[in-house]
Amino acid sequence: MTIEEIENEIVEEFEMFEDWMQRYEHLIDLGKSMPMIEEKNKTEDKLIKGCQSQVWMHSELKDGKIVYTADSDAIITKGMVALMIRVLSNHTPQEIIDSKLDFIEKIGLTKHLSPTRSNGLLSMIKQMKLDAIAYAAKS
Amino acid sequence: MTELKTSTSLLLNIEAIRADFPILSRKVNGKQLIYFDNGATAQKPVSVIDAIDTYYKNQNANIHRGVHTLSQEITVAYENARTTIQKHLNAKHAHEIVFTSGTTASVNLLASSFAKKNIQAGDEIIISAMEHHSNILPWQQLCEEKDALLKIIPISKEGELIIDEFEKLISNKTKIIAVTHISNTLGTINPIKKIIAIAHSKNIPVMIDGAQAVPHTAVDVQELDCDFYVFSGHKLFGPTGVGVLYGKEKWLNELPPYQVGGGTIKTVTFEKTEYADLPLKFEAGTPHIAGGIGLAAAIDYINTIGLEKIAAYEHELLLYATDALQKIDGLKIIGTAKNKVSVISFIVEGLHPFDIGTLLDQMGIAVRTGHHCTQPLMQFYGVPGTIRASFAFYNTKQEIDEFVKTLMRVINMLK
Ligand SMILES: Cc1ncc(COP(=O)(O)O)c(C=O)c1O
Repeated sequence: MTIEEIENEIVEEFEMFEDWMQRYEHLIDLGKSMPMIEEKNKTEDKLIKGCQSQVWMHSELKDGKIVYTADSDAIITKGMVALMIRVLSNHTPQEIIDSKLDFIEKIGLTKHLSPTRSNGLLSMIKQMKLDAIAYAAKS
Repeated sequence: MTELKTSTSLLLNIEAIRADFPILSRKVNGKQLIYFDNGATAQKPVSVIDAIDTYYKNQNANIHRGVHTLSQEITVAYENARTTIQKHLNAKHAHEIVFTSGTTASVNLLASSFAKKNIQAGDEIIISAMEHHSNILPWQQLCEEKDALLKIIPISKEGELIIDEFEKLISNKTKIIAVTHISNTLGTINPIKKIIAIAHSKNIPVMIDGAQAVPHTAVDVQELDCDFYVFSGHKLFGPTGVGVLYGKEKWLNELPPYQVGGGTIKTVTFEKTEYADLPLKFEAGTPHIAGGIGLAAAIDYINTIGLEKIAAYEHELLLYATDALQKIDGLKIIGTAKNKVSVISFIVEGLHPFDIGTLLDQMGIAVRTGHHCTQPLMQFYGVPGTIRASFAFYNTKQEIDEFVKTLMRVINMLK
């Protein structure tokens, strides 16, 4: 699937829920089932610090595609990280660089993007794209 | 004789009080707002909003400058606001009240001004382990600049200052002591009168950070005998962007100006400037006039209710909420001092405060999560942050019930 197709899939998934609590419950479940970063990769330089919760993010290039693994100390943040990984992981650096990530707004998580929430989602997206730019430059 | 025991809540007409605060009737995420983040900033009664509105609609002019009617009227109103604050703190003189932009600005003003003449290399400054960053960083930076030493009064695990240790920290190098009246994170009411007495027995001045105290308790600066007392308007139901530095006349006269410019002078030539008398010497530039007027309106408002009644009612809320929260499995209250105001910090085993705060917000409940600008304190307790519910006199037991019920639901979702 293309990045956009996955985004649409997620939007549909979230539309099924009637209220906000269910959406967050889903986010929490996603967080619990996220592909975990390996302990050895949980280093200081992989840490994206938010004011409240933090994210460890690791990326590798496999067969021309980037594979991300991550973790967070907060479960809702982890759920959001899981969504981002589902959307971006296993795509080429260029596809990731070009992605618009409209789904965040469509599923109503935009408020987590505002800098005041400081949970690191914004910095995390930036980091994922920066990694992609770095890989693109190398290839 | 339980029937005779007056419930303090009967002394306050909470419904009427709530009607004075327009924001309390709004909805958040489709739910009736429950505002438990009063420690961060308090909501504003209509009288404060009206005072600001009237100022801009009908009174706006610059103060202390014009001969025209508007300017003279607003100068009087602004100086009356100063007098309102003076009386509220029972300061000896109105000119001991310096308007600033808030607690942080007041501490910075004092630290900078005090350091100019009074701090040399090797000198010492004492603060406490429960200070807000705003009462740490200005002193820390000053110590770095001047090669002075910052000493920290330790606290017990309950969250109380250890006074014996404080006494041991004092030396003949100690130049000033700056401690908080009430901890924003723990709610602890510190024995500041005792601290001031101990400091004064060694001729050391004391600054009290009253940011969290003025909304909950009456403060009498003469009775306390503190040398400086600072607070913010916005936590006292007044506007943001205005605050106070109270200083004893003797000290304020002695200290050099901090920022200089228009309004701070008697005469200026390019060779020499003669500074204005107090308090103008510390009030460079056009101040937040609407802020000062709004703050006075806020003080008038709480005085019509009465801080004694407020404190008694809030104490009831504190006990009620503490009792209910303690019954929740895995919940731990951080800060269990004997003397507390209506501020409760807690953590829930295995859960991140951010997750709890996010879900509570979805249900219309505003609490604060995180380190509350007291990172050293978080390090002391070994937690990344806490959830903090802080109550004001417009909060109710029904709101606490709703909060506790929602919190339990949230905990179940996250577990
Ligand atoms: C104890 C204490 N000191 C200082 C401050 C800083 O106040 P302001 O941000 O209004 O300058 C606060 C505000 O959170 C506080 O609680």
